[in-house]
Amino acid sequence: MIQLPAAAGVGFKPEHFADIRAMSPDLGFFEIHAENYMGAGGAPHAMLEALRADYALSLHGVGLSIGGARGLDVDHLKRLRALVDRYQPESFSEHLAWASHGGDYLNDLLPLPYTPETLSLVCDHVDQVQEALGRRMLLENPATYVLFHDSTIPEAEFLREVVRRTGCGLLLDVNNVFVSTTNHRTDARRYLADFPLEAVGEIHLGGHAEEELPSGPLLIDNHGAEVAEPVWVLFEEVIARTGPLPSLIEWDNDVPAFPVLLADAVRAEEILRKGRVDAVA
Amino acid sequence: MRSHEAFQTAFRAGVLGGDLPVGVTARDPAEAAVRFDVYRNNVLHSLGRALASRYPVIERLVGEAFFAAMARAFVQAHPPQSPMLFAWGEEFPPFLETFAPVQGLPYLPDVARLEYARGRAYHAADARPLTPEALAALAASADQARLALHPSVSVLASSHAIYSIWAMNQPDSTPTPLDDHPETAAILRDRALEVQVWLLAAGEAVFLRALLEGHSLLAAAEAALKADPAFNPTTLLARMQAAGIIIASEETP
Repeated sequence: MIQLPAAAGVGFKPEHFADIRAMSPDLGFFEIHAENYMGAGGAPHAMLEALRADYALSLHGVGLSIGGARGLDVDHLKRLRALVDRYQPESFSEHLAWASHGGDYLNDLLPLPYTPETLSLVCDHVDQVQEALGRRMLLENPATYVLFHDSTIPEAEFLREVVRRTGCGLLLDVNNVFVSTTNHRTDARRYLADFPLEAVGEIHLGGHAEEELPSGPLLIDNHGAEVAEPVWVLFEEVIARTGPLPSLIEWDNDVPAFPVLLADAVRAEEILRKGRVDAVA
Repeated sequence: MRSHEAFQTAFRAGVLGGDLPVGVTARDPAEAAVRFDVYRNNVLHSLGRALASRYPVIERLVGEAFFAAMARAFVQAHPPQSPMLFAWGEEFPPFLETFAPVQGLPYLPDVARLEYARGRAYHAADARPLTPEALAALAASADQARLALHPSVSVLASSHAIYSIWAMNQPDSTPTPLDDHPETAAILRDRALEVQVWLLAAGEAVFLRALLEGHSLLAAAEAALKADPAFNPTTLLARMQAAGIIIASEETP
């Protein structure tokens, strides 16, 4: 199976295109948000074609609404298929979340209760995506801020069951693990101990913002800052267990100059290199 | 237990400004509402920013805070119907026509139409520009020749000075007092894939519109000269050719 290289990559931002062309950075891959490349032509496709010629590509969807009660948007699946056919990305990933309901697209990764009903829905949708795209997909763990009375299945167990039933892989967002477990006053290491790491095909690392509630911190996954220190520590612990994995720095808001983004990728690459050495030893 | 369908319906209403959905809680249940606000803010803020990126001049004309409040009203009335946000916001110009607080700025809807056309031009399909030789051959049979224009090209006429208002509200420009007057603009994407906005003289507007409607080169030039004796087709055609918006079509020899 085609795979992303087990190296550091970054999320592609059009404002970095000139720097990338000038610097030809030594990166394992670039990741793009699929929905930004669903226009007919023009600069987005011209940049993506140039980027694709030189780098491995991860296609990351944000609008498929896999956790939605109503069926997947078949037209959207076709648009994804057209992108997959045109650019032949090494990986396609989406979220354990929903974003559309009743025709309205809400532009956020919204949470769902984890129940037998939603488990079966999510598995049906993952099956449908894998069928439509003709490939295995990766499903990403979300950052969440609330809990649900109706939830009966722990998130890591829910994801493990999706993997078992559909054969999909997982995208482990380490920042999301830190954000969610901090927000719900649980233990990130406990979560990672329960997480099916053997299914992980890619890692995400991003920044978050912090607010203060009466009960303690509320972290917000805003992809608008450097990766936080505790997230680096968790990442290193995961890599020590899994060996090197494709690892993405994502920075979508208050996007910095390219060298700042690259510095985080270099740091991730150093941790991956250590993982390679440990694997040999 | 409620169905997932009912859960999502309540959650959607909640993030678009409605009540906290039943069933949402937190380790400390008293914090459920403030935590749910994160989703509400994410949805309304991110969509507001998406709208502002589509309509930067409208945002500059009314100010950031006003735009954010107006965007919130627009999102609640016209949430996106697809995850392709670049295709969202076509209803914004008509929304501005009826949104009471901006009725004192009658030029706003047409300036917004110009900005929407820019976004469409940016994402329009690619097409191969005509070579100079092919264009010369076409011009030699102007009575029959039809020029195909790039899919990004559109012409927008307004009873307001939409081009001047748009141009003087670019990031590096300083607005100056202006006597409002009718203006027509062309919106297009050039060979470098950059979107351009041209202010059209009366004859140029007639000429481009006639070409877009499929009239022959000769018929378009005649109509333009009738509307504007100063119209010079050679000058405009050279500019169009330089931008690469005259494209090959099946009728091209």
